[in-house]
Amino acid sequence: MAILSSLSSPICALIFAPLLLGIINRTKALVAGRRGPPLLQPYWDIAKYLRRGVVYGKVTTPLFRLGPIVNLASLAVALLIVPFGGLGAALNFSGDLIVLAGLLALGRFATVLAALDTGSSFEGMGASREVHFAALAEPAFFLALATLARVTGSFSLTPIYAGITVNAWIHALPTLVLVAMTLLILELVENTRIPVDDPATHLELTMIHEVMVLDHSGPELASIHYAAALKLWIFGSLFVGVIVPFRSSSFWLDGVAILLGMAVLAVAVGTIESTMARYRLVQVPQFIVGAATLSAVAFIIMLV
Amino acid sequence: MLDFAAAIVLLLLGGLLAVVFCARSVVCQTAGQFGAIAGSALGLVSAIRVLLTGKADGISGVWYMPGGGLHFQIDALSAFFLLPVFGLSILTALYGRSYLTDRRSGYALAGSWFHLNMLTAGMALVIAAHDGLLFLLAWEVMALSPFFLVAFDDRKASARKAAWIYLSATHLGTAFLLIFFVLLGELAGTSDFDGYAAALRANPALSSMVFMLALIGFGSKAGIVPAHVWLPEAHPAAPSHASALMSGAMIKVGIYGLVRALTFLGTPQPWWGWLLIALGASSGVLGVLFALAQHDLKRLLAYHSVENIGIILLGIGIGVLGLAEGIPLLAVIGFAAGLLHVLNHSIFKGLLFLAAGAVQHAAHSVELEELGGLLKRMPWTGAAFLIGATAIVGLPPFNGFVSEFLLFYSGFFAVVQPAVNLASAGLISLVVMGLISGLAAACFAKAFGIVFLGSPRSPQAGEAREVARPMCAAMAILALLCLVFGLAAPIVVSALDRVVAAATGLAIGGVRDQLATVTGPLTIAISIFAVLIVIAASAWAIRSRRMALAAVPTGPVWGCGYPHPTPKMQYTASSFAQPLTTQFHFFVRIREALVPPEGYFPATASYSSESSDPFLRRLFAPAFRWFDHLSRMEIIQRGLVNVYVLYLAATLIVLLIWGSI
Repeated sequence: MAILSSLSSPICALIFAPLLLGIINRTKALVAGRRGPPLLQPYWDIAKYLRRGVVYGKVTTPLFRLGPIVNLASLAVALLIVPFGGLGAALNFSGDLIVLAGLLALGRFATVLAALDTGSSFEGMGASREVHFAALAEPAFFLALATLARVTGSFSLTPIYAGITVNAWIHALPTLVLVAMTLLILELVENTRIPVDDPATHLELTMIHEVMVLDHSGPELASIHYAAALKLWIFGSLFVGVIVPFRSSSFWLDGVAILLGMAVLAVAVGTIESTMARYRLVQVPQFIVGAATLSAVAFIIMLV
Repeated sequence: MLDFAAAIVLLLLGGLLAVVFCARSVVCQTAGQFGAIAGSALGLVSAIRVLLTGKADGISGVWYMPGGGLHFQIDALSAFFLLPVFGLSILTALYGRSYLTDRRSGYALAGSWFHLNMLTAGMALVIAAHDGLLFLLAWEVMALSPFFLVAFDDRKASARKAAWIYLSATHLGTAFLLIFFVLLGELAGTSDFDGYAAALRANPALSSMVFMLALIGFGSKAGIVPAHVWLPEAHPAAPSHASALMSGAMIKVGIYGLVRALTFLGTPQPWWGWLLIALGASSGVLGVLFALAQHDLKRLLAYHSVENIGIILLGIGIGVLGLAEGIPLLAVIGFAAGLLHVLNHSIFKGLLFLAAGAVQHAAHSVELEELGGLLKRMPWTGAAFLIGATAIVGLPPFNGFVSEFLLFYSGFFAVVQPAVNLASAGLISLVVMGLISGLAAACFAKAFGIVFLGSPRSPQAGEAREVARPMCAAMAILALLCLVFGLAAPIVVSALDRVVAAATGLAIGGVRDQLATVTGPLTIAISIFAVLIVIAASAWAIRSRRMALAAVPTGPVWGCGYPHPTPKMQYTASSFAQPLTTQFHFFVRIREALVPPEGYFPATASYSSESSDPFLRRLFAPAFRWFDHLSRMEIIQRGLVNVYVLYLAATLIVLLIWGSI
């Protein structure tokens, strides 16, 4: 039971992460008045890509193949330190949030270099935007985590999320609301969802993530899609862990509560995507800096 | 201590023999290289011995220099700073010989070996000196040699200009150090370091002034903003292995001086910590922003040295704040972060400069817009640069991550403290470090991506071939060190105990306990990275085996609909960084010259961009123009002996009158 509970959060993530994408797409379809693809479509897509052959660009080096592998591997091991609401992470130590940031950055760096490896101006453009927005999102991420650390008096993810109880919400309501907003914006920014980028379009209309992975094919594309789902899951659980302060110390109750929270988050993201337009590119930095400011204000509230 | 003395003698002897045999380039190179490698290896042994045994090693003697004593001492702090000096010196000597083979006359060759060895010896003597006057003499040796190294290509006007900028910058700093040591010597009544701490305890009112003098004097050597302006001029001009030694080791001697000065000063004031954090934050952010705007690879690396000095200062600043507020854990982790970053930066920045030199050697250019596709042509250099870039960005599993982990750890630890000032200092350092890491990742994605990936943007880049074996070996050793210092993080951090104890003045037992609180988390982090490496390696192996079974087709990549994309259509370094430089245009000013295509059949069009350092343009250039006005004073400098005798007599009379009143 102990092993089960400590591994529950990475296993849940590995199984259910693509389902989040399915729920988002179904929500968007329903809002638009369509029936939409099946909920499990992301799984079928990944399975299909895994069976397909590959084509490589003429100028590419082995780095092009290595990029998606490193990205997926770093996100997969990051699951070991991400707590799932009240359920602790598999590993928990002071400073694990720094390791999480490092692993996310490593995955991004690998993806960006694989994109630049094609020598295509199109993918260079995507890579340039990715590093731009990531450089602004990183301080926002640390601001949010630092505020949560200040609220709970700990700087390890599992105790932080165990400490966000109903009681904590009563004591630090404004702070937690602001941090939750930051984390929601980061979920949209880091996973390049609307209003930052439109993942539904391909080619020239997409601006960031899909641009970078345009020339990948076959199993590499499958690993990119799966890694994208995992990243959506990681940032999603950081957000849901804050807004669902249900800590019953019962494994099953906590697990069900947080899974429901993730489903609601997916519906919410789908609704945001259906009701908002994509920002112009020059407005995205303001959006991210705004998210950072929210957390800065939250921290100042906690300071006094 | 005997091996240290022998190391200095060997270094000097090698340099001298290189000059004596300058007519025969093989003998000259062998002498210079052997002196550097053998001397530095001996020096490295002496430093490692002190670090392992923890016993300070000293030598003192009598000499006839008035106002100073001959006293060298290597304690844990000195020994720690000797590691990058001697370690990099060995590798740069290994690399330098092949790098210099196709260089011109033996005279220049001998000069470069002589000054390189003098630089190493000078740095070692500065770090070992235990006497104010001796320190200043060694400091001058260390400060003068790079002048000749920067002016190595003295037929180029830009190299001569860079050398002069370096010389004025270094002497501006030395001026403050002179006051610093004279003041301390005056207070203590002795020039020996042992007397300084007691003298300052007796005069606590002066300690803030002494701190400021040390900060300006040593900070200008380290390249803290705004005293960084010489770095981006000097590094591109010097031979690459000299840049590696200067950036990897020499600017760290400035940090050594600052930390040594802090040991004299006793319990610091909180505002010193705040000042260090502010300077570290501005150096870090501005350094990386200026680096983003560069398209000369070596200038870009030089600005990254400014950024990393900023990171080091942030760590030391948090440590000083911890000491001032009486929180030992914060002090220990802060100092450990700063000091470990000194060592780590010397490894990866040395590596990156050597790799940039290899690019220059092979492709005859370090202009990013003329390079591209070098990873296929120079796989060793490319892999080494990639590892160096990943390490400097602070990504796991390399060594840069470890020191940045310590810094973030100290930031989070400060954030959860009840005191408001500590929490805000922690938050500032976290946000600044987050921004710096994000921007550094952008900058090195650009540097590596444009230089080594894609297709060549010029014929020379297309003809580049891998450099000679010794150069590859030097880079491979440094790349391996990046990985080893990353994966052996818990051991490395716990080995810092004596160094941190010497820097903070805290008891060694307490320091060990504090460091043990981070080695536990680091061990788990390293195991996670080990799992990552295993997963990635097995995925790679499975993919490679499956791909070997089927012939994999290759095809053109998407070129935005152009049927015949050329290498010129690739994204450029300037366009890659443009969104960020535009966003931060308040700090980074880019001058553009555009000749747009005109008419129905446009024939020519051109675009060029250039970013100049705002501090050089706005601060130093006007200041030096103002100094030019002082040249009117040259009317008193007549060049006639009898006039000077008159000055002497007049001064004497004034002094006599002064004395009699």
